[in-house]
This record gives sequence, C-alpha cells and structure tokens, in this order.
Amino acid sequence: MTALAAILIRDMRIAVRVGGGALIGVLFFLVVVTLIPFAVGPNLPLLKQIGPAILWLAALLASLLALDRLFAADHEDGSLDLILTGRAPLELVIATKGLAHWLTTGLPLVVAAPLIGLLLNLDAPAEITLVLTLLVGTPALTFIGLIGAAIAVTLRRGGLLLAVIVLPLTVPVLIFGVAAANTVGSVPFGTPFTILCALTLASLVIGPFAAAAALRQEME
Amino acid sequence: MAIADLANPSRFLSFANRTIPWLGGLTLIVFAYGIDQAMLAPDDYQQGATVKIMFLHVPSAWLGMLGWGVMSVAALGTLVWRHPLADVAAKAAAPIGAAFTLLCLVTGSLWGRPEWGTYWVWDARLTSELVLLLLYLGVIALWRTVEDPSRAARAAAILTLVGAIDLPIIKFSVDWWNTLHQGSSVFRVGGSTIDSSILIPLFIMATAFTLLFFTLHLAAMRNEILRRRVRTLRLLQASAAS
Amino acid sequence: MNAANHMGFIVASYAAAIAVVGVLIAWVTLDYRAQRLRLADLEMRGVTRRSGPVRSERAIEQAKEKA
Repeated sequence: MTALAAILIRDMRIAVRVGGGALIGVLFFLVVVTLIPFAVGPNLPLLKQIGPAILWLAALLASLLALDRLFAADHEDGSLDLILTGRAPLELVIATKGLAHWLTTGLPLVVAAPLIGLLLNLDAPAEITLVLTLLVGTPALTFIGLIGAAIAVTLRRGGLLLAVIVLPLTVPVLIFGVAAANTVGSVPFGTPFTILCALTLASLVIGPFAAAAALRQEME
Repeated sequence: MAIADLANPSRFLSFANRTIPWLGGLTLIVFAYGIDQAMLAPDDYQQGATVKIMFLHVPSAWLGMLGWGVMSVAALGTLVWRHPLADVAAKAAAPIGAAFTLLCLVTGSLWGRPEWGTYWVWDARLTSELVLLLLYLGVIALWRTVEDPSRAARAAAILTLVGAIDLPIIKFSVDWWNTLHQGSSVFRVGGSTIDSSILIPLFIMATAFTLLFFTLHLAAMRNEILRRRVRTLRLLQASAAS
Repeated sequence: MNAANHMGFIVASYAAAIAVVGVLIAWVTLDYRAQRLRLADLEMRGVTRRSGPVRSERAIEQAKEKA
C-alpha cells in the first residue's frame, strides 16, 4: 500500500471515530438550518427563496468544523514531523488529507442536503441544482480551508483564527455556488456553475501548495 | 426478582438472554394482529386510505417520547440513585428513540404531502419534534465523543434531563399554538375523538411498537454491557503488555 | 376516493417503517455478534475477568477460525 493510500485510510478512520467530527458536520448543518426559521419566521415562500443560500452558508460553516484538527492533531502527536521528513511530497500528502476531509465531512453534507432542503420547502429542480453545486463546491471549501489549517497549526486556540482566515477566501466559492444554485429559471445554469468548477480546480492546486509552504514555515 | 437484583451486570445478562427471545416473539404476534386490524380498518371519510399512515406515525411519535422518558429516568438513576446499569440503559435507548423520532417525521411528512400539500411546515408540533430529533442526535454525539463511559454518562444525564423540557412542549404544542398539525385526538380531556374502529387498531399497533422498543432496548443494553467488558479486557491486556 | 393517487405515500410510509425497524434489528444483532466474537477472541488469548470466561464454544470456534 502506498504511503498516500495509507494516509487517506488513516485520516478517514480517525475522522469517524470518537472525537473525529465526520458526522457531527452533518448534525451541525441540520441544526443551523433549523435555527433559520426561528430567526427569519416560518414563512414558507420566503424560505424557499433563500433556501439555497442558507444551505450553502450552513455547508460552509459545517465544513470548517473538522478543519482545525486536520494538522493540529498530527502536530501534537508528532506525526507531522514524520510527514515533513518523509519521502512523499508534502503537497501530495496535504492533498490526500484534504481528500480524506472532504470524503468524511463534505460529501456527507452533499448527501444530507436534499433531505434538509425539504425542511426549507425546496422543490425538485432546486434540490437537484443545489446538490450539483454543493458537490462541485465543497471540495473547494475543504482545499481552501487547508491553507488556514496549515497557518494555524501551531496555535493552541487556532479554531476561531482559522475561521477568520478561511472565510474571506471562500467568498468567491460562496458567491458562485449560490448563484448557480439559484439559476433555476432566470440566469442560465452554465456560467456561474462553470466558474464554480474553475474555482474548485484552482483550489485543488493552490490549496496544497500554499498549505505546504505555510507548514514548512511554521515547523522551521 | 427485584430491580436491585438486576443491578448486577452478569445477572442482567442472563435475564436479558432469557427474556429477549420470548419478548421478541410476543412482539411479532402483536404486530401481525395489529397490521391485520389496521388493514381491515375503514377509511376515513375525509382522508381516505391515507389515514392508514396514522398507524405508523402516531406510535412512532409516542415511542420517540417514550425513549426520551426512559433516558430521563435512567439519567436520574445515574445522578441521584447511582444505579450501576442506569447509564447502560440510557446509552442503549438513545439510538432507538432517535430512529422512531425520525420515522415519525418521515411518515408525518409523507402524510402531510397529500393532506396539506406540503412535505414540511414550521408549525409548533413539527418543529418541537424536529428539535427532539436534534436533541437525540446531540446526546448520541456526546456519548460517542467522551471516551470514558462513566464520564460520558454523567454529561449525557444532565443533557437528557435538560432536554426533557421538550416533551411537554411537543405534547401541548397543538394546544398552546395555532398549528397546522391537528389537535389532540387520542389523549384528551373528555375522551378520544377517534372512532373505535380506527382507535382500537391504533392501540394494538402502539402496543406492538412498545413491545418492539423494549425488545430492542434489552438487546442493546446487553450489547453495551458486552462492549464495556471488551473495553475493560483490552485495557487490561494493554497494561499487562507494557 | 383519493386512495389511488395517495397509495404511493402510504406504501412509502410502510416501506420507511420496515426500513427503520430493519436497520434497528440489524444493528442490535450485528453488534451482538461482534461483541461476542471479540470477547471470545480475548478469552482465547488468555485475557479474562476475575469472574470467569465467556461460555460459548461456537463463538470461540469462530474466533479460532479467524486467527
């Protein structure tokens, strides 16, 4: 088994175990969405209109959850040093950890989104568009988050700092994700969705490189 | 056999081993009778055959609340009386109660679509039931996050007792607020408003579901006791090796 | 009567109930087997509690087959 595959499986196993955070992301997603009608009022047409935006925001916040443990846990038990001195390229290792994070945090959100969309009175076309945009957009959220996680790795209370760093970077993804999810009817689905895909592809490259640079700086 | 005898895990295990098979068999029999009666029951003059969903929806709702009730009594057992098996009972009940709360929401949603035209509405009854599901999932997450079972037990017990406030809210939501969900028609002052041709199958199904709950609960408690033994042995093994 | 249009919802409800109950029964059963296997495996390795071993030859055999 190659080193990268081993890291992938290890990270996924840790994520689903005690204190891991895999399915808690989905629960947080559900809780946030449940809070919205308490704040905004149970007005179903209004909820339907802002539904995709709410689901995108909730998915963004839920994705952030397991990010701060991504590198910090490895830093604490010393495996980060082993990774840095190992033979596998650091950028690839980080990308693999990002993949593990998306599989255990982002993908469950995509699967849960249609059911939770029912709570916001979304209809079938809106649900399908939303799921597509989340499927394409959540990897971007994870990979951009890697940058913040790497920067905040040596900090003990890095959680909030990480959110403050990462959230502005995810704004383009949020804008085009919601725009694409709202294109049921007016604007053609193509343009915002294509840009969303481009953002994700860019983040798949930029994220690991920037995170690797940050880690090397931090661990010097 | 007094409750105090069951405090011993080994004695509880033999009690469970003896009881689960025939309790399960009884559950099957009552379910068979209940479903038969439910299918034979007449259609509602307004709703038609969709009223048959009630035979699933209402017992699930009751079971969701029963689950939290069992957890609350167990929580008192942990915090006040320090009964050794109280936390096992609490941990075992949570997934079962959560599953039936989810079933209540799903069957209610499927019933609401033909009746009200929508899968979901944020009225007081539905919202408080959804909050119950969130409470369940939260307490399950808490059980899974704290590694030591006895510390997890105390934390979960407190969360359970605080969350119990949702139960009367669910029950009285249809009275206190203007809800789309229909008002109390089974347990109300002045007796039920449902005709006995539908009410009796409903009670039979409710009995079947309740028997199912306790069968599953006993089995889950048994599993939890075994799981803790495995954990203890593994810890012994690890410390012997070092 | 509305039964024809609504039959889908009724069937879906009963299917959901069967699914939920099925998952619960499966969870309880599979978890039981897993714990028994683990206990038998531990006993085979000589790790026992003070009050005695698990009494199940079948579980011990299954654990031996796995080893």
